[in-house]
Parts: sequence; structure tokens; C-alpha cells
Amino acid sequence: MGMTVVEKILARAADRPSVTVGDVVEPRVDLAMSHENAALVINQYLEVFQGTGIAPKVWDPSRIAIIFDHRVPAESPKTATNHKKIRGFVAANGITKFHDVRGDVGGICHQILPEYGYVRPGFVVVGTDSHTTSHGALGAFSFGVGATEMASAWALGIAVNIEVPATIKVVVKGEFPPMVGPKDLILHLIGLLTAQGANFKVLEFHGETIRQMSTSGRIAICNMSVEAGATSGIVPGDAETVRYLREEAGVTDAIDCVTPDADASYVRTVEIDVSALAPQIACPHMVDNVKPIEQVLGIPVQQIVIGSCTNGRLDDLAAAAAILRGKKVAEGTRMLVFPASSKIFAQALDKGYIHDFMRAGAVVMNSGCGPCLGVHEGALGDNEVALSTTNRNFKGRMGNPTGEVYLCSPVVAAASAITGVITDPRKGA
Amino acid sequence: MPKVIIALDNDISTDDIYPGRFMATVLPTETPQYAFFDRTDFNAALKAKTFPPGSVIVGGENFGCGSSREQACSTLKGYDLAVVARSISRIFLQNSINLGLQVVICPGIEASVGHELEITADHVLNRTTGQSFDQVKLPAARKGIMDAGGLIPYTRARLMARG
Repeated sequence: MGMTVVEKILARAADRPSVTVGDVVEPRVDLAMSHENAALVINQYLEVFQGTGIAPKVWDPSRIAIIFDHRVPAESPKTATNHKKIRGFVAANGITKFHDVRGDVGGICHQILPEYGYVRPGFVVVGTDSHTTSHGALGAFSFGVGATEMASAWALGIAVNIEVPATIKVVVKGEFPPMVGPKDLILHLIGLLTAQGANFKVLEFHGETIRQMSTSGRIAICNMSVEAGATSGIVPGDAETVRYLREEAGVTDAIDCVTPDADASYVRTVEIDVSALAPQIACPHMVDNVKPIEQVLGIPVQQIVIGSCTNGRLDDLAAAAAILRGKKVAEGTRMLVFPASSKIFAQALDKGYIHDFMRAGAVVMNSGCGPCLGVHEGALGDNEVALSTTNRNFKGRMGNPTGEVYLCSPVVAAASAITGVITDPRKGA
Repeated sequence: MPKVIIALDNDISTDDIYPGRFMATVLPTETPQYAFFDRTDFNAALKAKTFPPGSVIVGGENFGCGSSREQACSTLKGYDLAVVARSISRIFLQNSINLGLQVVICPGIEASVGHELEITADHVLNRTTGQSFDQVKLPAARKGIMDAGGLIPYTRARLMARG
């Protein structure tokens, strides 16, 4: 029987001719990514070696990536001290894929990894962040783990005792209507599947719409695959993957795209036609509480957020800036923009998008996770409402348990910033 | 006999269990103070050590969805609580096993605060209502880690075996 993409990747990484759903394998890890929670990984990692008589040594410093993004610049002495501790570990262990708090090479981990060519098709990637699913956009099997599992990977270089997951095939056809795009597709899919519909499963994306989608859009859909519970989202590597890695990430060595067998076995197939899809909104307080925009128009919004690992890339900023150019953010509404990386920030400066945002009254912040996880840079006041291009809207997510978060695409966020209420961008705001 | 100390809805997120604003706190000795921080009364009862070890949190579907933050498990492990839920999100389940937090998947569980639960090898018995519920076995792949007492001792043993 044929294999899915993830089955092929796991078979290769575990030196087996084939694997099937439910097999237990221990794949080699090609890349192990952490952010600020490396502070906890370091503790767990050192504890592994206690009493063994073996000096702590990471299995391969060139395969460890650490990117500061969740709380940059540090919002508290505690975070600053965690940063300091991690810098010490990075230096002592010769970890080169390290991105500190910087305006040239800094940014969100899920943008930095593709941007610097750290991920390739066929890789096994683990990350101490649930949105590590993002890197399936480049044809890798990429999944989130906890800090102790990362410590184990740092020590052993393998992911221990992985059950080969079942795969759901998602086939997408049709051309997006104007003002509708990948974010609307993934919100729609999460609504269909529910928040646990893909728990312990992989979402493998196919169809003409996916083939024609940019890597940026693919990152958005793989990023949010975890909101349906998926272990990983994956777009089998193709011409666009190679183009992105060569032209945008500067990769020069061989790229080996892994594709599924024609007779691969899927637990379920979901078909979606996007040609009549409306802008989608995930309503409080669950990501699967998804409605077409018509059902939520006019809801007043106090905070608009554009950015995050889901929608902070150059095409997202370009689309939002085009709507805001020459307009003003509504009185009583504040708008925050977080480019996903320093590189994107610089590109947006060159293109004039940053000026568009500032003249409209938006506050452009440094690259990072910003208010997405409610730590700093844009907490909500009591009972305030946010409309955000981020990926989660759980109660308390933006720092205040009485706040409400609606999730949307960049163009919906931009159109709504001008009016101060949830607004349909198709109506020419 | 362990008692149910809180019965929760579906889709309890890790932001609910351990809010993101406390993520700079990582030590398992320090995380318990923030457990369910925004459920003020429950957080206070936990901190006051009102509940004996082994007390049970009952959850609905998709318990522990969201972030991979391990603090969501260490914060509960710190009070020696157990989780019995209808289904559990993948990363939370794996983190729990890795840290030795007792988690039980029990699709039919019906239990309210104050009910006494007996957790056997493959059932959960609600001693208060007399009902018995089947457990779903934890992923087979994780058994070695559970048997070792968590992922740290498991990894340590693997490392030693390599020599």
C-alpha cells in the first residue's frame, strides 16, 4: 500500500522501508526549534544528565534553532533573565541558528525558520510551540512538543516513541473571490472540522487552489491546522516550495520534495471549493466558532491587530496597507501592526506600507508575537473587543479574561479599522 | 476515595489552565500558584491546599487545547491532581505523560463536584452515582515513558544505554 507524505518522511527518518498508521517510530530530528521557553528546556535537559556521569552535550548544535519572539523586548526582569540564561547556553553550546532581540535578523520563530532556509521538504521538525505546524508549508513533518520532549530531542537527536498519525486529505479547488484568501480558507476548514476534528491526525493539503497559493498563504493554513487539533498540516513540496527556498530563502543545496503515493490511505477526504467563500470570522471564545462575515457585521471593535505568525508577512501588510492608504483609523479604535520579522519590516518600509499605517494612525510595533498571547504590547481593557489576524481567541488570550477576540484576515482587519466596527472589505470601505 | 473538585466544559484551553501572562515562570515549584488563575475562587482554593492529593478535575471534550506550554501540566502536577476528560488534546496529553501527571481519557464520563471517583486500570467508577465508564487506552507509544516514571528518567535511561 502507498504512503502519505508524513508516512514517507517518518519511514525515511526512522530508516524503515515503510510505515503505516499506528506504527511506533523514533525519527531523527532534522531541526529542533525553541523560543523563550528554551529557559525551561535547558532545566529539563540538564536534569536528564544528572547522576549519569555523562557531561551534558547537545546531539547537534547546528540542528537547534532558538528564536526570541514571545516577549521581545523583555516585558519583565524575569523574562530578561530568561533571555540572558538562554544566550549563555547558546554561546556555550555553539548554537548558530540563534535569533536574538534584533532589528536586523529578529522576528517570529515561524517566520524566521522559512525565511532563513532552516526548513526543507522532507524534514522532521519539532518545536516547543504549538504553531510549529507552520513549517508543513514547506513540505516538512513539523509538530509542536513540550519542553521536556525538546530536552529529550536535544539529548538524543530523535523524537522518542512517535505513533505514525492518520492523515486527512484536504482538497481545495476554485479561485478565491476578491478580498478572500488563505486565512478565510483555514478558518472555514476549522469550522467544518471543529477544534478537535483533527486531533492526533495530519492535514495534507492538495488541489489547484493550494498549488497556486504562495508559500506565505501556505504558512497561514499550516499554522492554524493545530486549531483543528492537527499534529501537523502539510503541503507536499512543489515548484512553489523550490521557488521560495531558492529565491526568498537563498537555499543553494539540493531540495528533495516528498510527495504522497497515488494509492496512499487517508482516514478522510474533505473537499472545499473557495470560489464562493465569504470572509470568515472566528468568534469568541473558540477558534472553531466560525461564521461568514455577514453574521457579525457592525460589532464595535476597540483594538485591531495585524501581525503574528499567521498573518504578519509582506503580502498581508501589502493588502492591509492598500485599504488604509489615505484613510484614518476610527476614533475610539486603536490599531497595532506587528511585522512577522525584521526583514519583512524593512521590506514594508521600502514599499511605503509602514508610512501608510502610520499616517492612518496605526501604531507599528517591533517584530514579535506582540499581544497574541496576552503578555505585553496591547492587552485589552475590561470588556473590550479585539479584531485580530492572529490565531487564537480563547478567553483571556489577549491578556484580559473579560475581553473578546474575533479572528479574521488582514483585509477584514484593515477595513474594520477605518469604521471601528466589523466591516466587509468587499463593500469598498 | 478521590473527589471531583471541579467539572469543566468542552475545549478548556491551556490559556485557561495557565494564562500566557505567567509563561516567564517556568519552575515546577513556582507554576502551581497560577493554576486556573482567572477562575479566582478555584485558584484560591487550590492555593489554600483545600484539596487532598489525587483530587480530580473532570473535563469535557478537547481538554488542554491550544499552546504547547508545559506549565499547564506542571501547574496541576504541583497539586498532585488527576484529570479525567472525555477527550484530551494531543500536546497536553503528551506533556502530562512526560511529566507524570495522571490523565484519563473517559469519553462517557458523567460526574459533578463532590462525586467520588475510583479510577481503575480500564474504568472510571463514579461511586456517588454508581455509574461505570470505559477508559480509552493512552497511546501505546507512550507506555515506555509512563513505565519509566516520565520522560526525564526515560531519556536518561536511553542515554545511559548508548554509553
